[in-house]
Amino acid sequence: MVRVVFPQHLLSVTGGEREVAVEADNFRELLEALEARFPGSREPLAKSAAAVDGQIYQDAFLEPLEPGSEVFFMQRIEGG
Amino acid sequence: MAEAVDYKVIGTSPIRPDGVDKVTGRAQYGADLNLPNMIYGRVLRSPHAHARIKRIDTSRAEAMKGVYSVVSGKDFPEAEHGEIGGEGGGDISDLAKNIMARDKVLYHGHPVAAVAARSQRVAEEALAAIEVEYEVLTPVLDLDTAMASDAPLVDENCYTKNLPEKPDKPSNIAAVMQLGRGDVDQGFEQADVIVEGEYRIPAAHQGYIEPHACIANTNESGQSTVWCCTQGHFEFRAMTAKVLNMNVADLKFVASEIGGGFGGKTVVYLEPVAVLLSRKAHRPVKMMMTREEVFRATGPASGTHIKVKVGARKDGTITAATAWMAYEAGAFAGAPMGPGAMSVFAPYDLENFKVEAFDVLVNKPKVAAYRAPGAPQSMHAMECALDELARKLGMDPIDLRLKNAADEGTQAPYGPKFPAIGLKACLNAAKNHPNYTKPLPEGAGRGIAVGFWFNVGMQSSAEVHINENGTVTVVEGNPDIGGSRASMCLMAAETLGVPYEQVRAIIGDTESTGFSNVTGGSRTTFATGMAVVRACEDIIAQCRARAAATWGVDEDQVLWEDGQATPAPGVNADVKPLSLADIAANAAKTGGPLLGRASLNAQGAGASFSVNIADVQVDRETGKVDVLGFTAIQDAGRAIHKAYVEGQMQGGAAQGLGWALNEEYIYDANGVMQNAGFLDYRIPVASDLPMIDCEIVEVPNPSHPYGVRGVGETPIVAPLAATANAVRDAVGIRIHDLPLSPPRIVAAIDAAGS
Repeated sequence: MVRVVFPQHLLSVTGGEREVAVEADNFRELLEALEARFPGSREPLAKSAAAVDGQIYQDAFLEPLEPGSEVFFMQRIEGG
Repeated sequence: MAEAVDYKVIGTSPIRPDGVDKVTGRAQYGADLNLPNMIYGRVLRSPHAHARIKRIDTSRAEAMKGVYSVVSGKDFPEAEHGEIGGEGGGDISDLAKNIMARDKVLYHGHPVAAVAARSQRVAEEALAAIEVEYEVLTPVLDLDTAMASDAPLVDENCYTKNLPEKPDKPSNIAAVMQLGRGDVDQGFEQADVIVEGEYRIPAAHQGYIEPHACIANTNESGQSTVWCCTQGHFEFRAMTAKVLNMNVADLKFVASEIGGGFGGKTVVYLEPVAVLLSRKAHRPVKMMMTREEVFRATGPASGTHIKVKVGARKDGTITAATAWMAYEAGAFAGAPMGPGAMSVFAPYDLENFKVEAFDVLVNKPKVAAYRAPGAPQSMHAMECALDELARKLGMDPIDLRLKNAADEGTQAPYGPKFPAIGLKACLNAAKNHPNYTKPLPEGAGRGIAVGFWFNVGMQSSAEVHINENGTVTVVEGNPDIGGSRASMCLMAAETLGVPYEQVRAIIGDTESTGFSNVTGGSRTTFATGMAVVRACEDIIAQCRARAAATWGVDEDQVLWEDGQATPAPGVNADVKPLSLADIAANAAKTGGPLLGRASLNAQGAGASFSVNIADVQVDRETGKVDVLGFTAIQDAGRAIHKAYVEGQMQGGAAQGLGWALNEEYIYDANGVMQNAGFLDYRIPVASDLPMIDCEIVEVPNPSHPYGVRGVGETPIVAPLAATANAVRDAVGIRIHDLPLSPPRIVAAIDAAGS
């Protein structure tokens, strides 16, 4: 299972759930599993950055996930 | 990643390939280009900070001799909501309305019309002939007023985002954000010492020396070429296309040299206006902002109001921390309160914390990114609070930070666990630096502070061409602001195994190279550098194949070592190694010209930490602060070009010192900026600053082939608090607000003495 944690501003997407465990072998499957669990979540989650096991990805679409991986959704970072 | 051993050129400091043209005046900046039949565009700007536009009559201006075209809000397509994408874009509708007001003006200097005429003088006369009737509204000019429940509304359709449910009435609070962990009440109960502070910082401009400038040339089929100074011509093309509802294929953007950006040139202001004026005039239109326009109508960094509370045990362990932070967005939503909230406690391993952040509309220009957007303000508050905490605890301020410092595996306040980071290495480097312990003159003060920035990756493309004599041309799509061409050449030279002097880098326009996001977010050396390395690896693979074909062996029997193809050990081939020049000279026989390419969405940008040490002397009579010494220590991952990394650190320190000591937007009661020029808005000049000492710490980023972390933004984060803490040390009074200008310091000293 992959541990998924949502920030405060995405709790409206998850009905208030801050943390869930999901079966997924990669990030694409994770988004699909989350969409099935939280309909309408795909678009806002796909627009978010995500940290997978500590590494921040602006777009993690292609990233593989391991059992025990941790995924933190977060606001995309901009810069100057 | 590559082994951290014996690089041949990486870490050296050769002369930049674009240097001679820049110091001899040959380099072409945004305003330097002139085209045949070119005319000049000028913008009419609002004299009010908040008003409804009742009528615009451009007929007199259009009838004037020498006026070729006039545009106002009605000439732009209906602005639809939607994301621009990429850096600094925000909402399309907001971007479009910022470029040209529609029904309301939202800040003093907001564009309401533009003209193109045969000369700038005629254009100015035409602007004076445009009649605009306004219904003046009450401006909202500060955070306290804007956040009050009965405040006048900047935007009647703004409903606070990120709340559990859409609120039932509009507000100037465009969005809120919360972060937290643990139980802060319980944490504060465990504390032996608690400090609280409330800090205000006014808006400050990026202060790039080159004002915005562009030329647009639109032909009769509607296709436009735009030459402009920009941090990212591909994203400028995308923004212009969306604002004007054009096909990106009908727009070609060419980036000029750029005289500074620092985040402020990641959004369009003039370019869509110039395209529209040119389309109507059937001539090239050149537009150049004055310095006054730059101040009045381009994005500064947010003004902020931040409250921080920190509790700790006697041994220095932080038990709880809270932050409340309001950021001015200007006239449209999009202040960097998110990064501010995520960075405020980022350097520390905290069990209990809570952050509330607010994105607040005011009748001032829309803010834009400025190096590490959001972080200097929030971390100023936290780092000042920690200075007070260290004083109360009787601890060395570096020891206090080391006691609580994040390290590999620490769960960052914004969620994930940190991979390898260099904070402790920077803190130890600061503690061991001779500048930290050298005696201060009598009455002088010393302060330290920590800085942090996330850094980003994003999309980049690169091509590598091997010329017929074996020299190398790198083509990439990121305007060179801080010496990136030299860094690209170094990475290409190292990867290919050829001398630096054999490599040249050019910035392609939007039709001659692949898409790249902006030069911003400290991403170019990291992400575009990664693309260049991959493109060079493509070349090496091709060279091995060409050598194999030449020798009649298999490709896996050919190695690439020291810039040449050699047979692998044990290969029974009586051949001489083939250099890049040898292979290029015979390219026609082995498959044609050598072209390597790579495009990627770079991931794994490594967070960067810094520690600054500031020494100041304060004249207690006049309040003038002299910076006696400043030391910048930063983790660069790996410094590709050592002198340019130091240049970024020194430049960020200089800008941060300006923000700390002098820079601020000063408004009158009507929302008119009173200091829109460099005489009254004082940025530091060389005579204000000492030599800024640099120490580069290298904790390699495992996600980059050479270990690069971005270095461009972190340097501006720590100077604000380091300077404020040094002034506190010198005068014995905590002055919470910036800038620490002479009047503020004198007032604080007088108040303390009364």
